[in-house]
Amino acid sequence: MRCARAIAVAALLIAAGIAASPLPATEIPPAARRSGFSFMAPGTQAIQNEDTANPGMLWVLDGETLWDNNANPAGKACADCHHDVGASMKGVAARYPAFDPALTRPVNLEQRINLCRTRHQQATPLAYESHDLLALTALVGKQSRGVAIEGGTDPQLEPFVAKGHALFMQRQGQLNLSCSNCHDDNWDKHLAGSAITQGQPTGYPLYRLEWQSLGSLQRRLRSCMIGIRAQPYDYGAPELVQLELYLMSRAQGMPIETPAVRP
Amino acid sequence: MHKPDHSSRRQFLSLAGGAAVLGAVPVVTLRPAEATPVMLAAAIRNVVGAAVVHTGKVKLDVPPLVENGNTVPMTISVVSPMTADDYVKSIHVFNEKNPQPNIVNFCLGPRAGRAQVATRIRLADSQKIVAIARLSDDTFWSASVDVVVTLAACTEEVI
Amino acid sequence: MPSALINVPAKATRGETIEIKTLMSHPMETGYRRTATGELIPRNIITSFACRYNGVEIFRADLYPAIAANPFITFFTVATESGKFDFEWIGDQGFSETASAAITVA
Repeated sequence: MRCARAIAVAALLIAAGIAASPLPATEIPPAARRSGFSFMAPGTQAIQNEDTANPGMLWVLDGETLWDNNANPAGKACADCHHDVGASMKGVAARYPAFDPALTRPVNLEQRINLCRTRHQQATPLAYESHDLLALTALVGKQSRGVAIEGGTDPQLEPFVAKGHALFMQRQGQLNLSCSNCHDDNWDKHLAGSAITQGQPTGYPLYRLEWQSLGSLQRRLRSCMIGIRAQPYDYGAPELVQLELYLMSRAQGMPIETPAVRP
Repeated sequence: MHKPDHSSRRQFLSLAGGAAVLGAVPVVTLRPAEATPVMLAAAIRNVVGAAVVHTGKVKLDVPPLVENGNTVPMTISVVSPMTADDYVKSIHVFNEKNPQPNIVNFCLGPRAGRAQVATRIRLADSQKIVAIARLSDDTFWSASVDVVVTLAACTEEVI
Repeated sequence: MPSALINVPAKATRGETIEIKTLMSHPMETGYRRTATGELIPRNIITSFACRYNGVEIFRADLYPAIAANPFITFFTVATESGKFDFEWIGDQGFSETASAAITVA
């Protein structure tokens, strides 16, 4: 009898232990990777599919105007160095975050645009989530529409991808959840009325119906962290860039959809 | 005849004013003051007057379960030949539980060719939407739909 | 800098019914939301949208706060002659924007 009880208690402890320890969840195999697009109702998919109905395209339009704007101390517009945006920026967003040799760490697209501004245009960096930065990121992102994501393939990025992976697996917040708990283990179930997706970053920056505005991947990550009652990392924090990098490497092969629409 | 004296009338007015203010001050932005079916009926009467509103001819297309209440695609079409003598003058859309009963009014005419309009609306809660079309002969036709709206799973702070 | 996206077929046959789609950038602030400190954010919406076809108004809409941000409005009209569609959005706080699209009707 005492044996049985000891075994029962041990079983309970082991179960609790499993719940608390970071079990490595299986990464979603390439064949099973699904974009958030596939989880949406047809009405919302229709909003994304048509360029003249997709509100994200309003930011792309503004980005086109900014691309030619040379009102900065160096008097240089993006177009002066990069010329036609479609030709020069095709495929770029699909391989970001990318390694910056001067900073010896990865930078995301928003940071790259700001580095261009400070290094080549003598202009001040644009604030995160500002209209202009979103417009430029959306413009550059859209040039990669249909291009397969190849994030994290650069060997120099390996240690940072690993850091991002660790962040993805780490439980945090009052709800003590890791990204992996929902997005690896429970995607295609529902949280209240909303579908839990795989969390693939195929369409950023995207128009989120909840925001009624375009927003970046970092905004979405911060929102998720607030949702699990964790202290969100600041915009531009290395942790957020590492997470972005890991997410892009996790989504390798999936086509970019920028500017996407999500609920 | 008994006339109510000034003090009690003032009391009543201040009470009514107070109640109105109390009803309209939420702490959280998610659920502002709600309209009521009475406001909906009044808004419809504003447009329709004393005329009878028939059911039919109007098709109101809204997803029965919305993805997000902030942006709900809505299409309204009215069966009408849209000729110079027989066309849709206007379409009016109302709701039951947003802070305001009106959503949008569309003015068409014989040049429209097809009486079909679409837009995206906001719905604060699960509720009934009513679309009323005014034809060229000044008759009114309506359709209504019950829509289920759920809040997003996680609340967010502003950026 | 508000942008508008207009979808009008460039060409149509005379008498053909065509669909026009418009999307205008605007937050459509309802006037019912409050800041984190409790102040009411004032209403700021587009209140009316009109379309003129070679100067003649063919469509009009009155918008209320229940219209979603970045208002998307689609409607139909009969292509009668070549010319221009003029679109106008008017709203709170002096908001006034226009756009136009040409059409060739054969």
